[in-house]
Amino acid sequence: MLVATALASIFIRDLFAVIMVFGIYSLVCAGFFLNLNAPDVALTEAAIGAGIAPILMLGTLALTRHSWDPEPHAKKSKHNPLLPLIVVTITGAALVYASFDMPHYGDVTAPANNHVAPRYLQDSATEIDIPNVVTSVLASYRGFDTLGEVFVIFTAGIGVLALLGFLSDGSGRKYWQFADTASLRRHTVLHVIAKILIPLILLYAFYVQFHGDYSPGGGFQAGVIFATAFILYTMVSGLQAVYKIIRPEFIYLMMVIGVMLYAGTGLVAMFMGGNYLDYNALDHHDPVHGQHLGILLVELGVGICVAAVMMSVFFNFAGRGIHVPEDNKEGGQ
Amino acid sequence: MSIVLGLFNYWVVIALMMIGFYLVIATSNLIKKIIGLNIFQTSVFILYISIGKVKGGAAPILEEGTELYANPLPHVLILTAIVVGVATTALGLALIVRIKEAYGSINENEIREKGGTT
Repeated sequence: MLVATALASIFIRDLFAVIMVFGIYSLVCAGFFLNLNAPDVALTEAAIGAGIAPILMLGTLALTRHSWDPEPHAKKSKHNPLLPLIVVTITGAALVYASFDMPHYGDVTAPANNHVAPRYLQDSATEIDIPNVVTSVLASYRGFDTLGEVFVIFTAGIGVLALLGFLSDGSGRKYWQFADTASLRRHTVLHVIAKILIPLILLYAFYVQFHGDYSPGGGFQAGVIFATAFILYTMVSGLQAVYKIIRPEFIYLMMVIGVMLYAGTGLVAMFMGGNYLDYNALDHHDPVHGQHLGILLVELGVGICVAAVMMSVFFNFAGRGIHVPEDNKEGGQ
Repeated sequence: MSIVLGLFNYWVVIALMMIGFYLVIATSNLIKKIIGLNIFQTSVFILYISIGKVKGGAAPILEEGTELYANPLPHVLILTAIVVGVATTALGLALIVRIKEAYGSINENEIREKGGTT
C-alpha cells in the first residue's frame, strides 16, 4: 500500500494531486509505525507528514503557480527517463543483495537490540523513573543529540525567515498590513467548526506536552500540534486576525527562548556541579527528582521552539502569498 | 519462506527508497523533487523502525508484568529526524519560492535555459 501511493506520486502529473497523495502516504506510514510498536514516532509522523508538510507544499504551490503555462508538461522533458531507471534498478538490486545479510525482522538477537537498548530498558526505571523510555532516552540519555536537533530546527527556521521573511523584503512594506487573502472568512460552517476545534487542539497539545513522560508524546509532537491550531485559525480567519493575537516578533522571540531554555538547563546543571545536561545535579538530595525536573524543562524548551518555528515558517509562506503577486506585476511591466 | 518474511520489510524500504531516488533524478519539477526526497527520507525512517521492532515486544512504555519491549533508541532517533526533516523541507520549499521569483519557473529545464541568457 505504501509502495502503491509512492508509485502514484511518480505517475500523477498534477502537482496538487501529488501533494494530496503524499499526505495519504504519510498517514499510511504513521499507521505502519504504530503497527511496529512505535507510538511516539507514529504520533509525530501523523502530525507532521499528514498535517504540516502538505500544507507547506500547498503553500509553495500557491506561490509558484499563478503564472505557469496552462500546460507546462506539454513540452517533452529533455531528460531521458531510461537512464535514471537503469541507475535506480542497479542500485536497488545491489541493496536487495545486501539485505540478505540483515538480521531478520523482529529478531531479538539482532545486534541493534543488544548493546545500549537493554540498558535503557532495564535501568531507566531506577535512574529516571519515567514509564516512557523514549522520553527518557530523548531528553536525558541522549540529551546532546536532541539539543543538536533542536538547533537544526532553529537554524532551518531562521533560514526560512531570511529567505521569505520581511527582513529580506527591501521595499520597506510591513507585511501584516495587507488585506488577508483568506476567502474562507465568509463560510460560517467552517468558522463554527474551527472555533470548536481550536481549543480542543490546544488542550490536546498541552496534554501531549506534559503527559509525555507517561504516554507517547513530548515536546516535538506537542509543538507541532500547538502550531497546527494556529495554522487552522490562520486559514479560517486570515493572517491579520492572527497577528492581532500574537505579533510575529513574539514568535521569533519564542524560537530563541525555546532553544535557550534547553541549553540553559544544561548550563544550570553544570553550575550546580554536574556535567552539561546532567540532570542528577539539579537536585542533590534526590537525583531522580532532578531528572524529572530536567526532562520537564528540556521538553518544554523543545515544545516552545518547535511550535514557534513551525508557526513562523507557515506565516512566512502565507505572508509571502499576500504580496508576491504585486511584486510580479511590477517586474512584468 | 522465512527469508521472504524476514526480509520483506527491507525490500519494501528499498522499493520506496528507489522510488524516491527516481523522483529526485528523473523529474525536472522542483516540488516533485522535494517530494521524492521526502519519500526517500521516510524509507529510511521505516528501515530504522523495522530494525527496532522486537517480535512479541510491547511499545517501550514501562509497565508491570511486561518483559519484552521494542527497542526505544531508533524511535528516539527517528522522531527527532521527522521534525528536523520537515524543517529542512520547509527550507527547500522556501528556496523554491525564491527561485520562482528570480527565474519565473520551477522547472529545472526552463531555469537552465534562462540561466544561460541572463
